[in-house]
Amino acid sequence: MCFTQNFWNFLVSGLADGFLYALVAIGYTLVYGVLQLINFAHSEVFMSGGFASLFILQAAIGSSQPHGIASVGFVALGVVGGGIGGALVAYLLERVAYRPLRRRNAPRLAFLISAIGASYFLYNLAGKEFGRNALEIPSPFVNGPVFTIFGATVQTYYIVIAIAAMAMLVLVDRVVAMTKLGKGIRAVAQDAETASLMGVNIDRVIAQTFVLGGLLGGAAGFLFGLNAGVVYTMGFTPALKAFTAAVLGGIGNIRGAMLGGLLLGIAENLPVGCVGTQWRDVVAFGILVVVLIFRPRGILGEQLGRAA
Amino acid sequence: MLLEIEDLEVCYGSIPALKGIDLEVDEREIVALLGANGAGKTTTLRTISGLCHPSRGFVALDGERIDHLGPHEVAGRGIGHVPEGRRIFPRMSVQENLEMGAYRRRGSLRDDFERVFGLFPVLGDRRRQVGGTLSGGEQQMLAIGRALMSGPRLLLLDEPSMGLAPLIVRDIFSIIGQIREEGTTILLVEQNATQALRLADRGYVIENGRIVMADEASRLLADERVRAAYLGEAPPGS
Ligand SMILES: Nc1ncnc2c1ncn2[C@@H]1O[C@H](COP(=O)(O)OP(=O)(O)O)[C@@H](O)[C@H]1O
Ligand SMILES: [Mg+2]
Repeated sequence: MCFTQNFWNFLVSGLADGFLYALVAIGYTLVYGVLQLINFAHSEVFMSGGFASLFILQAAIGSSQPHGIASVGFVALGVVGGGIGGALVAYLLERVAYRPLRRRNAPRLAFLISAIGASYFLYNLAGKEFGRNALEIPSPFVNGPVFTIFGATVQTYYIVIAIAAMAMLVLVDRVVAMTKLGKGIRAVAQDAETASLMGVNIDRVIAQTFVLGGLLGGAAGFLFGLNAGVVYTMGFTPALKAFTAAVLGGIGNIRGAMLGGLLLGIAENLPVGCVGTQWRDVVAFGILVVVLIFRPRGILGEQLGRAA
Repeated sequence: MLLEIEDLEVCYGSIPALKGIDLEVDEREIVALLGANGAGKTTTLRTISGLCHPSRGFVALDGERIDHLGPHEVAGRGIGHVPEGRRIFPRMSVQENLEMGAYRRRGSLRDDFERVFGLFPVLGDRRRQVGGTLSGGEQQMLAIGRALMSGPRLLLLDEPSMGLAPLIVRDIFSIIGQIREEGTTILLVEQNATQALRLADRGYVIENGRIVMADEASRLLADERVRAAYLGEAPPGS
């Protein structure tokens, strides 16, 4: 009863969350493809994107109240600013936390520890610099109900997320499928040594992969922050869920990350109407456990480690 | 001299796989490098390509040392490498695999595609097919075509006949001859010594990381020790 009553509302909010998970999940999956490494500091890429967009929009909007065509410009500015902030941090992570370990052929565990260390460092630094309370991003548009569908109210915010995320998802899909950069990323994921024999500079492709994932993750930090504000700990839970989404879709598989993100967003929102918000994270991480036990290669994954 | 290798020592960890190798390849030659499993043939090619680095000696291309370069830089100097086991990108199409071969090039690839599809018509028919679904022979053709797409001056071939049916091996060897006729220098690693020596101008025999024979291909083909060890014939007097 409660389920049918709220179904459409929770589907809409689930899709909005799902788009964000999809954007972040691609960062995990791209890096996993080229390095067989889970970049557990990706949560801080997301957080950095949130802060970068906050500062850029504070400077750009000031005290004015954006509306109309100016809103579109401000949203684009937030997306680009967040993306660049995320990309910058992702690039630095690769250079500082991972590349030196690669040079030394360090064991897998060393990368994990380095990632956790970098993550702690970054979010504590952000907490010290920007305070411990959530900061509100100046809204680049006037939020409000736009239309209702099957009784579900669709807010401006949801439309902004859907359009921005879909544009980025289509773009990254095309970049990976068609550009030289994308071919380099796929070749390194499928056989790095042979890619290098073809003239691919593996280090450069790895850096570019981090940057591409960082752009999406940082932009997602902005879109998330629009609703929830930005705070130094904001990355932890959403990024862990995006990781879940990447595993659910098949780690290493880009369309899998998109599908996994949307499915996870919907799955964790649907039960909320019946049993309460406190079940959201339980459902999401329950899915992670179940997938890891019963189908570790995920929905679209062919075999673990060899799917790009 | 296009390629010069002198006193090359290469180690895996502390164990030497090559123990002081001298080898030369001149412009427009086909040179065969023969030897049993584990002799060091693949290691030699990998060192030329920059995947391994020597602990002693050097590799020079056109008189310039290249042994300190990374593999992507060596590829940029005009060396194409067809690796052991073909190593096709399994989830890329035939066309994309070929495009990967031309990764460092700019401009139109039309003539290069035409040349490769001329040498290997089957690749043209399977342009859109995914590399991992090709037969072994087709994968070997794709691996050679992919290396040709970079427009190499020197082509390194690591056991192109491995695991293929005799008829296909014959085709591949005849195409290797054709590639040389078109002006590409070739260093051919093989265990299939007879066919390799029939095609080659000169040959080297490697054993345990050392060159034990170096001569004209026709002389190696007639040499009793080579016949005994690599051509599957009983040694004289036994
Ligand atoms: N990655 C590796 N690590 C350690 N030893 C290796 C490695 N690759 C090859 N070797 C050793 O080096 C020697 C030469 O191998 P290789 O060059 O592959 O010979 P071939 O191609 O003639 O069969 C062999 O003894 C082999 O066991
Ligand atoms: Mg070998």
